[in-house]
Amino acid sequence: MTLIETKPSENLNIVIVGHVDHGKSTLLGRLYADTDSLPDGKLEKVQAICKQQGKDFEYAFLFDAFLEEQEQGITIDTARTFFMWKGRQYIIIDAPGHKEFLKNMISGAARAEAALLLIDALEGVKEQSKKHGYLLSLLGVRQFAVVVNKMDLVGYRQDVFEGIEKEYREFLGQFKAVPSQFIPVSAKLGDNIANRSKQMPWYTGATVLETLGGFQKEAARSEQPLRMPVQDVYKFDARRIITGRIAAGRLKVGDHLVFSPSNKRANIRTVEAFNIEPQPAEGQAGQSIGVTLDDQIFVERGEIASHQEHLPSVSTAFRANLFWLGKRPLEKERKYLLRVATKEVDCEVASIHRIIDTMDLAQQQGSNTVNKNQVAELTLRTKTPVAFDLSASFEATGRFVLVDEYDIAGGGIITELVHDDQEFLREEARRRDFAWVKGEVTVEDRAQQYGHRAAVVLITGGRHTGKSFLARKLEGRLVADGRHAYLLDGENLRRGLDADLNEEERGQTTEMARRYGEVARLLTDTGLIVVSTTNPFGLAYQEAAQAIRTLVHPAPVIAVHMSKTEEEPPPNTDVVLSGPTDFDGATARIIDELKRRGVLAQAIGAKPVFQYSI
Amino acid sequence: MKHLRQLEDQSVYILREAYKHFNNLAMLWSMGKDSTVLLWLARKAFFGHVPFPLLHVDTSYKIPAMIEYRDRLAREWRLNLVVGQNKEALAAGMNHTMGRVVCCTALKTNGLKQLLEHKGYTGVILGVRADEEGTRAKERYFSPRDKHGDWDFRDQPPELWDQYKTTFPPGTHIRIHPLLDWTEINIWEYIKLENIPFIDLYLDKGEGIRYRSLGCAPCTTPIKSTAKTVDEIIEELRHTTVAERSGRAQDEGRGMELLRKDGYM
Repeated sequence: MTLIETKPSENLNIVIVGHVDHGKSTLLGRLYADTDSLPDGKLEKVQAICKQQGKDFEYAFLFDAFLEEQEQGITIDTARTFFMWKGRQYIIIDAPGHKEFLKNMISGAARAEAALLLIDALEGVKEQSKKHGYLLSLLGVRQFAVVVNKMDLVGYRQDVFEGIEKEYREFLGQFKAVPSQFIPVSAKLGDNIANRSKQMPWYTGATVLETLGGFQKEAARSEQPLRMPVQDVYKFDARRIITGRIAAGRLKVGDHLVFSPSNKRANIRTVEAFNIEPQPAEGQAGQSIGVTLDDQIFVERGEIASHQEHLPSVSTAFRANLFWLGKRPLEKERKYLLRVATKEVDCEVASIHRIIDTMDLAQQQGSNTVNKNQVAELTLRTKTPVAFDLSASFEATGRFVLVDEYDIAGGGIITELVHDDQEFLREEARRRDFAWVKGEVTVEDRAQQYGHRAAVVLITGGRHTGKSFLARKLEGRLVADGRHAYLLDGENLRRGLDADLNEEERGQTTEMARRYGEVARLLTDTGLIVVSTTNPFGLAYQEAAQAIRTLVHPAPVIAVHMSKTEEEPPPNTDVVLSGPTDFDGATARIIDELKRRGVLAQAIGAKPVFQYSI
Repeated sequence: MKHLRQLEDQSVYILREAYKHFNNLAMLWSMGKDSTVLLWLARKAFFGHVPFPLLHVDTSYKIPAMIEYRDRLAREWRLNLVVGQNKEALAAGMNHTMGRVVCCTALKTNGLKQLLEHKGYTGVILGVRADEEGTRAKERYFSPRDKHGDWDFRDQPPELWDQYKTTFPPGTHIRIHPLLDWTEINIWEYIKLENIPFIDLYLDKGEGIRYRSLGCAPCTTPIKSTAKTVDEIIEELRHTTVAERSGRAQDEGRGMELLRKDGYM
């Protein structure tokens, strides 16, 4: 049958998944043929070649574009990868071959707006049927139908179909996935694909094509609170444009934006666009846009812009469900690059709670690795705080990938915020920053005037390792070079700001570090490079350093660790000095690090590079 | 129009990712409808600027009108145009009569590889679309090429959501495909929507023929068509069942698969 169909404008990306031999290519070939989407004469040509070679024609031959996927000798000049049906083009995201199938299936499904999951009626629900169903759910493909194929091989029996439907629905129900339809078909013979089957009068539901027609274009996320991960900052001309794709919600000129995790804020001055008249004044979910702000704040790729009433979570840890595709297994305590929306940060696997067997969702505990094609529940810990959401509330900011060496090796969804020990201080910093009263002079004005950015150099280490001496030397050197630097010594706080505390209270690292951190925060706001040591905290320097970091955030902290003999420095140390110290050499290394981080310009007197993405 | 803006948003996102992650980035421009739309999308993404060079691999057999059009736009849009050519092969007399795959490999694939190697580009943006032909349907948005520029379509890295492969070993490079989800009709609808200047070889000028896909003069034949406007092209495409690249000789047999495994566009 030929349907007269004109090519429509709307596209829907679909993926066909399921066990390897359950008939994906046949279903595709049939969809193309029945919707008259094949180029002129191709069907006849392939049929003729089959006849000539004495083999049965199969619809699968129409689709397999690569030689290796085909039976020998049947070549198709052009394989189209879409078909048309009732006002829409369906674009098939194809996964080549059988090798590395899961990886390709996942890549395809992550791009898909809808999916068809195939199950062979004769073979029933197989391991891959379950795994693919589970992964569709994990990947966020909410629209899918289950196609029970090869019904001709089971005599079109209703009980076989219903048995599969019952078993598979129960399985999907465990993770709350609900398919829009179960459809009994024979892709080979064309039952219930485009045409209703005469062999299965007991089935009155939608055909495959009717089911596809019922799938919606991506659901509107514009009604959610705003989430715009910053993609880049451009300064090609007079405009300094913050770009990003709005992941959820909407924004408009005049809106007050908060960037997390830096807590910086500004109002939207304009929405920028090329060749759009009149200039737009708003944007909504899905759009890749650019805005300019009324205040020249320094925001970076990876921060998430939102409105103040609905902020994303910020932490250094979260719990997640992850699938692993890496060539080498995922290992506990190994370093990986984490990517959440546009943020990239080093992370490690703090714990692997359990491996999930996708066959029966049984859980296996006590593993230190996750192997290729396994799914696991784990906790990730990041080097610096990250803004994110739970995947149940926000799709795009609630999922992540892990990069191992050069490749994306795994992906997952965030299921739970893990509270870290900095939570209270971070909340204090957030509330304080939101209420911060600013003068007319901006942070960027000061940086331009001074020729450098504000920063904290924090020297940690045990007693008598030369921390104070190095701090003094560094302050002197910086000022001699024309920088604005200041030595913040803990002793000076003790007798003034901390004079209200009794001896016992002064022994409490938390409160002492909080006060110290808030003073450092004030000083960085003045544009200074603060040089300090953790001397007042004695051996509790690790805890204190972490608190100071949280409170001065987002000012860069250059952590320097000194020890007499080799020892493990605190996490995130930038410069490690062990053994007898060459103080001139040490000073030079710290200054290099300040340059590398973009705090200082490469040459004295030159304007610094502020790492704007231009 | 909404569907075109959705495609545009996705392509702009990909272009900005490419620009953020690759220090030595370039875009291939063949002056055809697809790569010209791609160029326009770059101007969208970067607010009127094109912050990387445009590469044209000149086989010397292009239709002359295409070269005129190239130079005019390069001037008007202030493009950084880099033209590469496999001069050695041309001096040795390479042409399509030596075999189409042989000629395409020498003048286009090798011409491109020479240019990439010479300039050290690590990211190359191309206007290929998944619906053009079978091998392109297997592509990723960010698709790695090995040290020889070859493509291992059987073992491609995963690509998840909006996260792309942006790190790669030294000596290799990444091909970036922002137009993967566009169809031929989308391209023309967008040209109309944005009023993008295109070469009039795509239109019938009264002889009842027009080009549907542009390549080298000897290996590209026009199709029978009376479409004189973009609207008429779109209308024609809505009804045709002839493949877009049926006028492209290199697609015959297994040509395209062999070419693309070797690093063809």
